[in-house]
Amino acid sequence: MPKKTYRQVINEAIASEMRRDSRVVAIGTDIAGGKGSPGEEDAWGGVLGVTKGLYGEFGPERVLDTPITESAFIGASVGAAATGLRPVAELMFVDFMGVCFDQIFNQAAKFRYMFGGKAVTPIVIRTMYGGGFRAASQHSQCLYPLFTHIPGLKVVIPSSPYEAKGLLIEAIRDNDPVIFFEHKVLYDIEEDVPDEAYTIPFGEANITREGRDVTVVAFGRMVSFANTAADELKREGISVTVIDPRTTSPLDTETILESVSATGRLVVVDEAHPRCSMAADIARLVAEEGFKDLRAPIRTVTPPHTPVPFSPTLEDIYIPSVARIKDVVRSIAAKVSA
Amino acid sequence: MSDIQPIVMPKWGLAMAEGTLVGWSVGEGSDIQKGDEIAEIETTKITNVFESPVSGVLRRQITKGGEIVPVGALLAVLAPSTVSDAEIDAFIGAFVVESADDNGSKVVEREAHLGGRNIFYKFSGSAEDGIPAVLIHGFGGDADNWLFNIESLSASRPVYALDLPGHGKSTKTVVKGDLDELADAVIAVLDDAGVAKAHLVGHSLGGAVAFKVLDKAPTRVASVAGVAPAGLGEGVNDAYIRGFISAEKRKDVKSALQMLVADPEQVSATMIEGIQRYKRLEGVKEAIETIAAKTMPQGRQAVSFRSLVEKTDKPVLVVWGEKDAIIDPRHSEGVASTVSVVRLPSVGHMPHLEAAKTFNAQVAKHFENAEAKSR
Repeated sequence: MPKKTYRQVINEAIASEMRRDSRVVAIGTDIAGGKGSPGEEDAWGGVLGVTKGLYGEFGPERVLDTPITESAFIGASVGAAATGLRPVAELMFVDFMGVCFDQIFNQAAKFRYMFGGKAVTPIVIRTMYGGGFRAASQHSQCLYPLFTHIPGLKVVIPSSPYEAKGLLIEAIRDNDPVIFFEHKVLYDIEEDVPDEAYTIPFGEANITREGRDVTVVAFGRMVSFANTAADELKREGISVTVIDPRTTSPLDTETILESVSATGRLVVVDEAHPRCSMAADIARLVAEEGFKDLRAPIRTVTPPHTPVPFSPTLEDIYIPSVARIKDVVRSIAAKVSA
Repeated sequence: MSDIQPIVMPKWGLAMAEGTLVGWSVGEGSDIQKGDEIAEIETTKITNVFESPVSGVLRRQITKGGEIVPVGALLAVLAPSTVSDAEIDAFIGAFVVESADDNGSKVVEREAHLGGRNIFYKFSGSAEDGIPAVLIHGFGGDADNWLFNIESLSASRPVYALDLPGHGKSTKTVVKGDLDELADAVIAVLDDAGVAKAHLVGHSLGGAVAFKVLDKAPTRVASVAGVAPAGLGEGVNDAYIRGFISAEKRKDVKSALQMLVADPEQVSATMIEGIQRYKRLEGVKEAIETIAAKTMPQGRQAVSFRSLVEKTDKPVLVVWGEKDAIIDPRHSEGVASTVSVVRLPSVGHMPHLEAAKTFNAQVAKHFENAEAKSR
């Protein structure tokens, strides 16, 4: 099976869905690049080259390169979705959502509900998130909790290339608005990914490691950190289950609660700010519905409640690390024998 | 020094990078014969007994029970009692783990073609002589099902393992999806590999495929080994077939897969994920539905090869687990006395995985007998 990068499979998924369904269109700032200026067409293919090549294959009618106008093109995409197209819009950095949040949370998220199920809004908003790219406070946040908070939106956080392809095809075929979070540090990660199309259903968590002692729930880039921590802890005799929920809305609460009922211990690893986060949300879920199973306090591994620092030294300390995950898992695994 | 023999962590399958030595079943000082079960090893895919690749006195266990070590790492050393402890220490100190990169493996991947579709197959074995063996997986399986057999069987002959149409890495479209088409895929592999005549080993539906090849192209077949094969009786567990086809969620896949083995604990998260990944691919559901409808409609087997097996002069071996919940092991009863039947206690539908050592020995013996007979 061919090894492919996260960047490559996202491009492959969009292209194959555009070939399959003529209603699928791509839209966003610089997704071809260089529009309206002399020189090479599709010079950029998106700010990090993810959509490169789509313009050449599908042309300007289906690959709409826009100015820096999130409020306009996200609004236009929502309208297009409500009237029959299936736009795949790119909100370059999720940090820019502030200028188009009304279009997303007050319009796209509400149509199906407020029109009594008679309207659908099949839009995918692809967006980059996450730290570690030395891109400072306005280009490094993990804002998926904000979208998860809004009923009517589906929120997807693929943790690897295999996951990204199947979840993006599922997102494009889904009839509801889907916010698709791409971690910019994962773009060059490679793994075996089938050439064939496939879909991964929303709301079914993936169990990436199976263990008896502690359940670790992690999102996006943090899944590989948790896997590494689990592999290293196994050598110390601590056996860890790692759960990648894949989607925060819908959330597979059953898999999380079942695992905690077996291990009795929960650690949530979340790269987002700690307040009102997925870490807080899952801790709430388990405290409320799985309390009787707990044999140790619930713990979270998150950044502090501050903006993402620009200083590389500070940014490295800010983002949850494998070492911190291991420390926290050890601290509650040890509680039992003590 | 040359009397000292290392035993290293084996590589079971391309994806294996490390393994856990669950425990030793023999102690230091034991006299070990090649093929003895000496330890239990766990990988992310499966736990299996480890048979000593060499004979000698187990002088030192380097890896302890519960330890995880990379493929190729030193587990133990064997040496005659005349070798001093100091020499053994020196050997251990000087031991270098050979990097186990995928390219170092003897397994070669190739593709045959059938009506414009690709039929993927693996080739393994350094042995030039010996009639080649072709391994044919069952419904929903793939060439990796022979993980514990390919290396052992390829010691004395080339071994090929294919992915049937609609399965594994082969093209997912099937045309008719009947045994004829599946048998043609096997013949396409024989042609592509330049194999005039082969021993066929078929598991479950693959057993019926092997019988069909014997029926269609008897000159290409040296012998047939059916592993819990279809084609010798009437029924098949329809709940399993339907469950496998419809299962999407991990839990449903797990309960389907657990029907395959006598010990449900053998079904690991990696196995489940592997089946989920296969079943998500576009075209797979249609392909397996078509194959199931053609070969085992409503839980009945479409074709019986009982009379073929009675008549053939080719050696036929049938291996069955007594705990098989998919195809009743009693289907092996009442066949011609020329057919060798081996039934294994406490084994389910996957004898080649669940009792790999016995299975490999039985099949190797069957190949040798067949070759002796043809000489």
